[in-house]
Amino acid sequence: MQQDDAHIVAEDITIAYGDFVVQRDLNFTVNRGDVFIIMGGSGCGKSTLLKVMIGLKEPSTGEIYYDGAPFWMSDKASQEGTKRKFGTLFQSGALWSSMTLAENIGLALKQYTSLSDAEIREVAAYKLMLVGLAGFEDYYPNEISGGMKKRAGLARAMALDPDILFFDEPSAGLDPISAKLLDDLILELRDSLGTTIVVVTHELASIFSIGNNSVFLDADAKTQLANGNPLSLRDDHPNDVVRSFLRRGVPEASAA
Amino acid sequence: MNAALSCNDTPDDTLAITLSGDWMLANSLPKLDPVLERLSTTPKPFAVRFEATALGDWDTGLVAALVAIRRGADTNDVLLDDSGLPDGARQLVALAFAVKEREGARRLKTHSGFLEGVGDKTLRVLERSRDLLTFVGELVLSFGRLIRGKATYLRSDLVQYIQEAGAEALPIVSLISFLIGMIFAFVGVMQLSNFGAGIYTADLVAVAMVREMAPIMTAIIMAGRTGAAYAAQIGTMKVNEEVDALTTLGMHPIDFLVTPRVIALIVMMPLLTMYGSLMGILGGAAVGLAMLDVSLVQYTSQTINSVGLNSLLGGLFKSVVYGSLVAMAGCQQGMACGNSAMAVGESTTRAVVMGIILIVLSAAVLTVIYINLGI
Repeated sequence: MQQDDAHIVAEDITIAYGDFVVQRDLNFTVNRGDVFIIMGGSGCGKSTLLKVMIGLKEPSTGEIYYDGAPFWMSDKASQEGTKRKFGTLFQSGALWSSMTLAENIGLALKQYTSLSDAEIREVAAYKLMLVGLAGFEDYYPNEISGGMKKRAGLARAMALDPDILFFDEPSAGLDPISAKLLDDLILELRDSLGTTIVVVTHELASIFSIGNNSVFLDADAKTQLANGNPLSLRDDHPNDVVRSFLRRGVPEASAA
Repeated sequence: MNAALSCNDTPDDTLAITLSGDWMLANSLPKLDPVLERLSTTPKPFAVRFEATALGDWDTGLVAALVAIRRGADTNDVLLDDSGLPDGARQLVALAFAVKEREGARRLKTHSGFLEGVGDKTLRVLERSRDLLTFVGELVLSFGRLIRGKATYLRSDLVQYIQEAGAEALPIVSLISFLIGMIFAFVGVMQLSNFGAGIYTADLVAVAMVREMAPIMTAIIMAGRTGAAYAAQIGTMKVNEEVDALTTLGMHPIDFLVTPRVIALIVMMPLLTMYGSLMGILGGAAVGLAMLDVSLVQYTSQTINSVGLNSLLGGLFKSVVYGSLVAMAGCQQGMACGNSAMAVGESTTRAVVMGIILIVLSAAVLTVIYINLGI
């Protein structure tokens, strides 16, 4: 099912806050159906790059192409149209605290579809079932645990059947079992819906189990050091920083 | 036993540092100055070594001292032989130096002069005013979308905001307005009775409440109550990335979060103000009837005759202006909130301060306009 066509292309992206450059000259391609990992040490600008990709922060230079169409250069209306094909799971879930889970999921449906309220509730219930939260429709975000918030956030991200799902540190703050379940869910979504998935993470277990493509950002070099399949980066990449990151700093001789 | 430290030059050109006693943070620790001074005076020793046979218990107190000594040795190019130290301490020192200090990470303390500070603050005020104007512009666009039926918001949210800003504010508005009315009546009775014009207390209270006091007092209450709540609610949503979540769905956070709140306050302010005027007049009547020798009928008709429709409408218009300013200050500060719990507190404070400043400024402007229009 791996169709090898470019879905997202980043071209010469430079990200800066004022005069402070976070990352420069980022170039990578995400193919349709990829699980693409944005990785790197803490504070290297992973989440900021994600913000650029989902349209929250404009890059200083460069452009992101979705299906070949430029994003930042286009007008507001077509940007909104492109954004509608995204689903984003924020680090903390970012559920709207004044709404129940069903309302959280239903808001986008209400806005962009002509479904009736009853139908919207049906869809919301179904999405909650997908993430293992059947029966939690009428709970408020502050009544459920952190792991459940993440899953509910994922259900909301999937509300409009997005082409691309973005995950900001999905396993941060989750126990190993929940993190594994979330990883499985991500793969399941890719396989069954053909969704392209972009994940910001530095959890090695996740990186190797779900990622088939990646970009490695470095805080000192302020640019990408590597690009490609994480497993082959670990074994074959010429740069020590990349290999050492992917081996938790364990030298190669004893890593096998 | 107290911690102690001594250093001697040995014949083989080495500085021997002898550590003894319990080097605990809780004890008083000896000063390192003699060691550091010796390290930086020429002729420098070739190396430093430690004698720790008399060392008792130790904790971070010792390690911090060792780190300082090592730094001193490093800057003066003196070798450091740590073999005399206990294993644990040696490893902790090594750990402290394992990760090199990131270049440029250390903050240099900068002292800015008075003039620079003033200039900085002034520029920031300008920036804030520009932010506020931008925000007003966005709000106007949002109202445009609302009128064309293109804005997304939840009707249930709007109803809830109206209840919070309206019905739930009644007790405090009652209390404050009633007391203000009483205070005005006291002043009126004391002063006007001197001229035998005590009955005009009714006019004083009614005109003051309806035209000025009810709008301004209600607005100040709402700035502290609702404006602060708006800033805190929206600010917290910002910190939780809830606002980003709206934006990524292609929705306008202003439509969803700000416009309903502003509408709630614009709708409820005149109602609260009218209610406040009534409570103030009742408070004034309570004092007036008790202290003056007038009948209820007399006082009532005096009150009714004193307040014209112009005064009433003028007061209500003021309340609409104040209400929109308070709501805008609250929402704007919420939307401009930074990314921490501290930032939410700051923007809440700023929302109230800004709200009150805007109320008073617009009160002054409106009063001048009213006078010129003869209202």
